[in-house]
Amino acid sequence: MNSLTIASSPHFRAPQTTRVIMRDVLIALAPALLVSVMVFGVPALVVVVVCAAASVLFEYLYRKLMHLPQTAGDMSAAVTGVLLAFNLPVTIPLWMAVIGCFVAVVIVKQLFGGLGKNFANPAIVGRIVLLISFATPMTNWLLPRNSVTPDITTGATPLAVMSGGGAVPNPLEMLLGNIGGSFGETSALALLIGGAYLIARKVITATTPLAFIGTVFVLSWLLGADPVFHILAGGVMLGAIFMATDYVTTPTTETGKLIFGVGCGLLTVIIRLYGSYPEGVSFAILIMNIITPHIDRLTAIKAFGGAPAK
Amino acid sequence: MASIFDKSLKGVAVPHRKNTEDSATQVMPVPDKVYIVMSQHMGPPCEVKVSPGDLVKVGQILGNSEAFLSAPIHSSVSGTVKAIDEITMPNGVRSKAVVIETDKLQELHEDIKKPNITDKASFLDAVKSSGMVGLGGAGFPAHVKFNPKNIDEVDTLIINAAECEPYITSDYRTIMEEADEVLDGIRHIMKHLELTRCYIGIEDNKPKAVEKLREMVKGMQGVGVVSLKSKYPQGAEKVLIYETTGRVVVEGKLPADVGAIVTNVTTAAGLSKYFKDGLPLISKRLTVDGGAVANPQNVKVLIGTPIKEVIDFCGGCKVEPKKILMGGPMMGMAVYDESYPVLKNNNAILAFDESQVEYYSETDCIRCGRCVRSCPMNLMPLRIDDCFNRSDIEGLKEYKVNLCMECGCCAYVCPAKRHLVQTHRLAKVRLRVASKPA
Repeated sequence: MNSLTIASSPHFRAPQTTRVIMRDVLIALAPALLVSVMVFGVPALVVVVVCAAASVLFEYLYRKLMHLPQTAGDMSAAVTGVLLAFNLPVTIPLWMAVIGCFVAVVIVKQLFGGLGKNFANPAIVGRIVLLISFATPMTNWLLPRNSVTPDITTGATPLAVMSGGGAVPNPLEMLLGNIGGSFGETSALALLIGGAYLIARKVITATTPLAFIGTVFVLSWLLGADPVFHILAGGVMLGAIFMATDYVTTPTTETGKLIFGVGCGLLTVIIRLYGSYPEGVSFAILIMNIITPHIDRLTAIKAFGGAPAK
Repeated sequence: MASIFDKSLKGVAVPHRKNTEDSATQVMPVPDKVYIVMSQHMGPPCEVKVSPGDLVKVGQILGNSEAFLSAPIHSSVSGTVKAIDEITMPNGVRSKAVVIETDKLQELHEDIKKPNITDKASFLDAVKSSGMVGLGGAGFPAHVKFNPKNIDEVDTLIINAAECEPYITSDYRTIMEEADEVLDGIRHIMKHLELTRCYIGIEDNKPKAVEKLREMVKGMQGVGVVSLKSKYPQGAEKVLIYETTGRVVVEGKLPADVGAIVTNVTTAAGLSKYFKDGLPLISKRLTVDGGAVANPQNVKVLIGTPIKEVIDFCGGCKVEPKKILMGGPMMGMAVYDESYPVLKNNNAILAFDESQVEYYSETDCIRCGRCVRSCPMNLMPLRIDDCFNRSDIEGLKEYKVNLCMECGCCAYVCPAKRHLVQTHRLAKVRLRVASKPA
């Protein structure tokens, strides 16, 4: 007699897996990577590949050393590596980038229990740690190759130029990405295309990006700054579409996501206009990550027909 | 994603796979042996009323119980009682089963006659004598359901023709082949329970049935057909009540408390037949499907027939089956042995081959929230899973795991392949144990 399988219902599942979701995120980041390589050259590709590889390697080694089930294959470390790379200047020394990956994957993620248990976005914390530890190399922004001279030169990002009082690039240049900055931050259009792909694939909902970007727009406008400039400059597009939508560190319900997005937008503008850093996205997301458990408690859904708790 | 204006309950769009919808029901011949299990309904099992060596006839009572929540169990065959076995049901519970060697004559028992129904009391007696239980799968004794304490507040009958599980088409065939009986059953129930309205809830993936029912209810006062969006689990009782009438059955309450009684469409047809000829519930229409079955089709099977013989009647297994289910893939129960018999509340046998069976290893929860977005009861499965793993009993209470109906939507959509339904079942047990006085 053959042996029949016994299992709990349900007896079949939807095809989507964690790995498929991570793969979709990498696909969504591809347009922005393409633009960065076109604008900054092959060094951009090198930084991304090194970060992705280092992140996966760190996760693999950690899980192996700690005798834990191997999770390096689920591609979440690769996503962290790529997102961290997108936050860095193309000129960054590779050893520094690798340190950032270590902080992100080992300290923020694995030491807290691995995938699903980290308290903050690993790439964001990795970037902040690098910024505070290595301020100068972390702000050594490349200008695009074909802007002023054919050679590669470094210069200030649009935000830094603005906070220094200079003239900023026009919106079209910023949309297309022909500006200086960390290479993930430059082409808003490429990032938006990636975002549209993620929404179509049902990986993210439009709530957080719209709330984040919308709040930056409205608040900067109310405070007398140029709203179009502010949504296109710096890490708002990357942050709103790819970092503020990270499942693990953001609220679960749509209402929670709305609150999260608005909070990020508020903090970003306040830090940009009144703080001493020209860019506020990383800190805004980190602070909102920390508040997320409280937002989740506040926005828990009421059960259908549930009687009030005694 | 449902729009924010969508008031419907959540759920998942599962593949329909209604391969057998055009398969007219074939009647299976009498098997050599039947195994009539004493627990085929919700409630305490029946006590055996026959002994080995007894000669039994079709419709004879084999098991009965004094318990409130119970329904008599009748013989589906004529023959000799060989033994009273104890069998283990797929959920691990042990139950007695009357094993009858059939004589293939199918002689009717002398007590079988058309019931005399004059008023509500005789109606309820007749329903009880028929052994009718909810034929949608739950097996709730029908006469108990028709007799709630607050029957005077009940005004609406809801007929469950949703059939939201993939593969299963037996209720659909009931409508296509026995529509007159369905409507007759509705008339009887409405008359004797003094109900003024009836909604027939049916998913829109069955357009021919919707059309047919709409045509047939035209002359009937107070009866309407509600075409529901094909979304699992439209057939769940609380979901169906809400989607057809907008009424919400609150925690701890029953449908009767919102003035509704829900009955499966095949149950209604079954009652109609019983009222005409007095033959109690002894056979079932089953959908037999799955990759391992040679000829998927709908069959009419005598209760107690071993599953293996039912599959053999459908051409047998063309490949070795890896998993056999009683019921649909979302909520069905896996059977450990093909010799297990058909019960009253079965409506499908699915035999899956190797390619259709996958054992999923759980990976970490990534807090994506898909489970929350699919739960029709608005629960938060990821939180319940978390509370269970941390043994947080207060958390389990707070997140209302007791309202979980184990429909499987959450586990179906989970990308980390977490065994959420299993966890919720265990969580309910934990809660029950924790609530017991020390």
